[in-house]
This record gives sequence, structure tokens and C-alpha cells, in this order.
Amino acid sequence: MTVNMTKGQKISLSKADGGSLTAVRMGLGWQAAPRRGLFGSRTREIDLDASAVLFADKQPVDVVFFRHLTSDDGSVRHTGDNLVGGAGQGGDDESILVDLARVPVHVDQIVFTVNSFTGQTFAEVQNAFCRLVDETNGQELARYTLTGGGPYTAQIMAKVQRGAGGWSMTAIGAPANGRTFQDLIPAIVPEL
Amino acid sequence: MTAELVRGQNHPLPGNRLEIRVSAGTPLVAAVTLGDEQGRVAGDGGWLAHPGEPHLPGVEVPRQAATQHRLAVDLGAMPDGVHRVHVLLALPGGRPDAPADFGAMAAPQLAVTTPEGAEIAGFTITGLGAETALLAAELYRRQGAWKIRAVGQGYAGGLPALFADQGVPEPATVAGQIQYAVERERARSVAPPPPAPAPPQPGPRAGAAPAARAAGAGPGTDASSDTSTDTSVDGDTDASDNASAGIDYRHPRRRPTRAPAAAQHSRPDARADASATSAEPATLNGGPTPPPTVPGQAPPPQDPAGRPAPTGPPEPFAGDAAGWSMEERLHNQIWGMFEDLARTVAAYRSAEDFARSRYEQELDRLLADPRTRGGAAADAARDAAELKQVALVDQARAVLDRDLAQLTVEAEVVDPALPPAYAGWENPCWHAYQVPAEPPLAVRLGSLTLPEAPELRIPLLARMPLNRGLWIDSADDRRLALDTAVAIAARLLASHPAGAFAVHALDPAGSATQALAPLQASGALVLPTAAAGAAGVGEVLGRLTERVDLLQMAMRGGAADALPPGLDTAEHLLIVHEFPYAFDDRAVNQLRYLADEGPGAGVHLLLVADREDAAAYGPVLDPLWRSMLRLTPLPSDHLADPWVGHAWTYEPALVPPGSQVLTEVLRRLAAARPAYGP
Repeated sequence: MTVNMTKGQKISLSKADGGSLTAVRMGLGWQAAPRRGLFGSRTREIDLDASAVLFADKQPVDVVFFRHLTSDDGSVRHTGDNLVGGAGQGGDDESILVDLARVPVHVDQIVFTVNSFTGQTFAEVQNAFCRLVDETNGQELARYTLTGGGPYTAQIMAKVQRGAGGWSMTAIGAPANGRTFQDLIPAIVPEL
Repeated sequence: MTAELVRGQNHPLPGNRLEIRVSAGTPLVAAVTLGDEQGRVAGDGGWLAHPGEPHLPGVEVPRQAATQHRLAVDLGAMPDGVHRVHVLLALPGGRPDAPADFGAMAAPQLAVTTPEGAEIAGFTITGLGAETALLAAELYRRQGAWKIRAVGQGYAGGLPALFADQGVPEPATVAGQIQYAVERERARSVAPPPPAPAPPQPGPRAGAAPAARAAGAGPGTDASSDTSTDTSVDGDTDASDNASAGIDYRHPRRRPTRAPAAAQHSRPDARADASATSAEPATLNGGPTPPPTVPGQAPPPQDPAGRPAPTGPPEPFAGDAAGWSMEERLHNQIWGMFEDLARTVAAYRSAEDFARSRYEQELDRLLADPRTRGGAAADAARDAAELKQVALVDQARAVLDRDLAQLTVEAEVVDPALPPAYAGWENPCWHAYQVPAEPPLAVRLGSLTLPEAPELRIPLLARMPLNRGLWIDSADDRRLALDTAVAIAARLLASHPAGAFAVHALDPAGSATQALAPLQASGALVLPTAAAGAAGVGEVLGRLTERVDLLQMAMRGGAADALPPGLDTAEHLLIVHEFPYAFDDRAVNQLRYLADEGPGAGVHLLLVADREDAAAYGPVLDPLWRSMLRLTPLPSDHLADPWVGHAWTYEPALVPPGSQVLTEVLRRLAAARPAYGP
């Protein structure tokens, strides 16, 4: 069951049987730019990037993105940068895996963002989506369709936060502009 | 000559008449299927030998489940259409004393012997978990000759799933027949067991059970049987659930569920050991179901059946990593432990840093505001801030302690399993040292520790061939630096087959004669000893440079066959003591050349030097120092890990004082040498 999230909606990640969520994966997928003309290399490639920013008490303490693929503590892992996109059939082209049980104790929020590194807005990218998956059973927790998202180059997608009873997830879905996560920090802070 | 096979490995068979011996800790059912070129069982019943129908042309299987089986196979008698013979093993279901799956018992062993009993190949089927049936091995025809391949493919769905995979018609019915035959045979051969306390027990043993199983065991009904095991996890076990406890219908890749309740109720004494072992594969398979519990609470207590909560960390075992051989698996496991320790400590340090910086910020904020700067409210606020810091650090410490405990347990399991090349000199495996037949994958250069866990020593393993020279810094303790170098050289020698590694030593001052004596006395120092004086330095360096030149030319030109016929293929290690004494400019240049180009041609450097001694050369030698891995004879925190960049304390692997192990090892090595010629 997919939850098509609306902005600001908060869902708890604790499961029906009472166990709380232990591992989530953020997936990002988009369709590669169509080949243009005879010379394939002149096609303007579309490069979207998924990032996860780890916050402790509203201060960024670590970030996982294409230049830092594993958080220092090893709990958040990016499976690798995809520079061109995929078939647009719904498969994830970039993934970030979060082992929530191993996240350091001071980290209380993890924010997931999407950026367009090559500068195309989401209006120009075909079949782009991002989603959050419960890694233990493959169930999709939240999905956003980025395509048609207007003249924005970034989205602050969702955050998972630590509470008294375990981790919960809040959908943010706030559009923003920026090339990498650094440009987004000012936009993220109000969402914390 | 016995070959110990690993999964996927094949081995030629010397003749057509064979005996396959199976031994396991608990009774197993053995069966054989004959397959065509695709491995499918094509015939109609004439292609499967099982306890109900034990005879086929060329093969016979036992009629009952047993801990030892001997299957006589005559490959020459096989029909022409048979290209593959599969040896299958399965757990007899529905027995109170039988383990629930292969993960709960010792690894079954398979041996192929000639009819006279001479062993040809062996295969220990390890790494099984929730499977209840097993394709153990395959004999197959390849260009007219038969070979054996170690398979070890388990099926959590039991025999029905295995048979379905092989194309046996009506797999569930056949599995039921086997079950029936085994139980019938059992009832005939031994006195019937005393009636079990649990009512479901007699059910599976009676004749009605196979039919029931056959009805519910087809591949198409996987989903329904899965839901029934799922409900048992939720705690409402009902009678129908217990009745189907005999065979495990779980899908191989489905998350493992609890062992059937009926089997557990009826074996209170066997419960402890079975649950201890079965807990491990359950968690290793990934995705254990956390039991119903309040999130964020302490680990839940054991459930009523006595099985430990699956949220606990998996029991570590040696070789728990990917790799083609045990050596490689251990190497990868040690690197995995290295990374885990680095990251765990990084998590702790960052939490601690954050707690401190937040405390300071809060204090600054208090002090910045005149209203909160003094008075009782200020004290209370300060105390609160401090408490917050301490609480966070305590929490981080608890997580760190948990992880360190797990890593310590793992280290305790791994340490005794290490081969000599990975083990410290104090490890007993050195006393059982035998000259290896293969060069090592890596050698231990010392151990690494972090201040958070001084007891947890991670072996520093360097992959062979060394792609960087080694530099033992003798600034602090010259004698110990030399001992370290000798210990490393001896280890490199001992880890290679006799004659595959050669050590040269440059000791122009003659001050290392005593320390090098063990290498010398054993004859391990193959090439001229401690070359004396500047002439000796030039001669040895010239020879090695020429060798590197030759090999490089041959490799670049693709003309390996043009190398001079006498050239030995050994790796070479050059120990340089008291660099740069007696080195002229030409010798220094040759040394730099060897440091840069030597590793590619199998010539490695081990420099024992104090950088200050070479200060006169100025920055010319900086690239040389940088290109080498600096090791210290005394513990020192100068090595950084590749993930987080902690400063790790390196401690060399030295021979314990008074121990004769190094001399003894070198003596054995020297004794092995003549066998290979001069």
C-alpha cells in the first residue's frame, strides 16, 4: 500500500504489530534524457541527486550525498551516484539506505532531499519520483511524483525523526532551488 | 589425495564405481534423482530413488533415515540419457527429536570414495539456515567422463520444493511417499517411541499425514501455508497449525518464522541447544520479525517457547564474510570488523562532541543574557544543561559498549581460526606451523587499537604482493626496530611456500648481524647475507635493479619468454638497515627506483631507518618516505583508517620475549627447502 503523502502529513513508522521501523530506503528514479541527434554525447544528461542530512538538535552534523557515500558512523549509506537516470519504469536509480537502529544517539532527524545537479527543473524531467521504502519488507511508505512539480530544481522530500516510541516519518514535500544539499540548508531549517 | 570441495567446485572422478558417504549429527533421508542434460528429471518414476523405491539402475539408497549413509553408485550402469545424478538430503519431518531445519544441526558432511574406501573428495555443507531439504552434490557427465560438483543448495520449502525445482512430476505426492516410507521403516526397525505428550505428534507419523501434506504442499499453495506460519508468530497457535508441523513449507527467501510450536513443546530437553543454534541462521538470513513489543524499549524477554528473541545480535562465527576461500573470508571479516569498529567509535565520538558543543552553547546563551546570568534560576539552568550532556554521553556510551561487546565476541571467535599469516606470533597456530603450499592472500603487520577499546586489537593485514615498501622508523628504539623488521621478514618468508620468497639484507655497518642471525642460521636468508660495506650495497642494489629492469622490459614488451632461463620467480624482499650509511648518490637513486618500480616486479623494500639520519639529502628523499608505509617499533597512533580517519595505535607483531617460535618456524622452513631443489 502506497501512501501518497500530502504536505506536512505525519505518519508513524511503527508497524502494526508494534515493532518499530528499523531500516528505510529512500529511492529516487527518473527517465534519462532522450538521445538528441546523431551525436549522443551532446544530449543534455539529467542528473538528479538524492541526499540525506543528519540533524542533531536542528544542527546539521553529517550528510550523505554523492561525494560522501557513507555517514561516518556507517548507518546511512548511499549506493552510488547515477549521472544519467534510468528507463523511467519506476526503478530506483539512486538509493539511500538508513539503518535506523544504528543511527548515533544524538541524531534525531534525518532529512531526505532531491536536487537537480544539471539544472533541469522538475517540469523538464520525465517520470521522476522519489519514495521512502520500509527496507525490512519492501513496503512503500511514501511516494512523491516530481515530474510536473513546477519550475523547481530541488525538493525537500521527507524527514524521519526520533521520538520517545521510535522513529516516525513526516512528509515535507517542499519545493526549493539548489544544485546540492548545501543550497537547501536554509530551506530545510524551518521544516525541522 | 583428498580434495575438500567448496560450494560450486567440481572434481574429476577416477572411475565409475563409487561410494558416497553421508554423515550428519541427526538422521537424514537420502534420495537420488537422475537428470537429463538440463538436470530435469525426465523419466516417469524411474529416475528417482528414494526410501520408498530404493533401487535404480546403478544406484541404491537406504530405506530409512540415518545419521550415516553409504550410497553405492555405479555410473557405468546408468541409462544413456542420464547426464546428471543428484544426491539429495532431507530432514525427516514430524519427529520429536529432529531439528526443525538444517540451521539447527551440525553441518552434514559428504565424502566420495572408491569402493575400496579411498577417499576422493569431501564436502562439508555449511552455511545452511531455514532449509529442510538439500541438493547436496551432483555427479555429471562431461565429455564422456564423470565429475562431481559440490552444490549444497538448500530448500526451505523442503522436498516438495526441491522436487518441483528438478521437474519431478507431482512433487508433493512424492515427498509424501518418502515421508511415509521412512516412517514405516522406522516403525519396523525400532521399538515405537513412547507416546509424545503433545496430541499432534501421532498425527504426522500415521499414514494419513502424507496425504495431508501432499494436499497442502504444492508450490501453488505456498501463500496459504505461509499465512498459517505467520499466525503462529502472532501467538495464536491452533490445532490445524500444529498438525502441519512436520514439514516446513517456508519459502527460501521469505523471512524466517518461529519453528513449529508442536516440535518445541514435545522436546523440552532438546530445546535449549536447538534454540541456541537456530537463533543464528534466523537472524543471519536478514529480516527477522521483531516480536510484538513496545517500540524503543529494552530487548523483549524470551517468548514462551524458550526461543531467544530474534532481535538479539547474531552469534558471530569465524569466516562470516564473502570470499572464495576461508583465508579470503577471514581477511574480509577482519576488514569488516576494522570498519565496524571505526564507524562505531565515530558515532560515539560525534555524539560526545555534539553533547559538549551543545552544553557550551547553552552556557554561552545563559551568560549572554543578563537576566539569566546569576541567581538560582541560572544554577538550575546550568545543571539542566549539564544533565542533558551527561545523559546523551551515557546513552552514546551504552550503544558503544553494546557494539564493542559484539565485536569482542567476534574477535574471540575469529582469533583461534586465523591462519599463521594472519595470526600473532603468540597464537598457538604457529606451533603447528607447516610450510604452506600457496602464497598468502595477506600478512599481518601488527595490530591496531583505538583508545575507546584498548582491549580490542584489530589485525592490520596487508594484501600481498605488497604494493608499498615498509619503513620501520628507528628514531625511538633502533634495536626494537630491527627486531620488528626481522619478525616481519620471517613472517613473510614463513607465509610463502619454500623458495617462493627470498630475503636480502643490506647492513653495511654490520650492526645488525646479531639480530639477523635467526634468518641467517636457518638458511632462510637465501641471498648473500648482510653485505658488508659500500661495495656490498652497490652490488646487491645493482643486481635487484637489473632484475626489476629485466622484468619490466619483458612485461612491457610482452616478451616473457625472452627472459633469461635461470631467472627465479620468487618474490624478493630487501632489508636495508641504517639507511643511508654507506649509500652514495647512485645507490640512493637505485633505492628510490626500487621503491617506485620494485613492487610491480616482485621486489619489495623493508627499510629500517631514522629519517633524521638522512636529513642531509634534504627534500630529495621526501617522496621515498611518503611512498612507504611507516611502521613503528613502539605503539604509536599514526595510522589512519580509510573510512573515518581515526588515528589508530599501531603495535608491531613481535615474537613474545623468550619464545623460540620464530627459530622453530624458520627451522621447519629450512627443512622444507631442499625438497624443492637448491
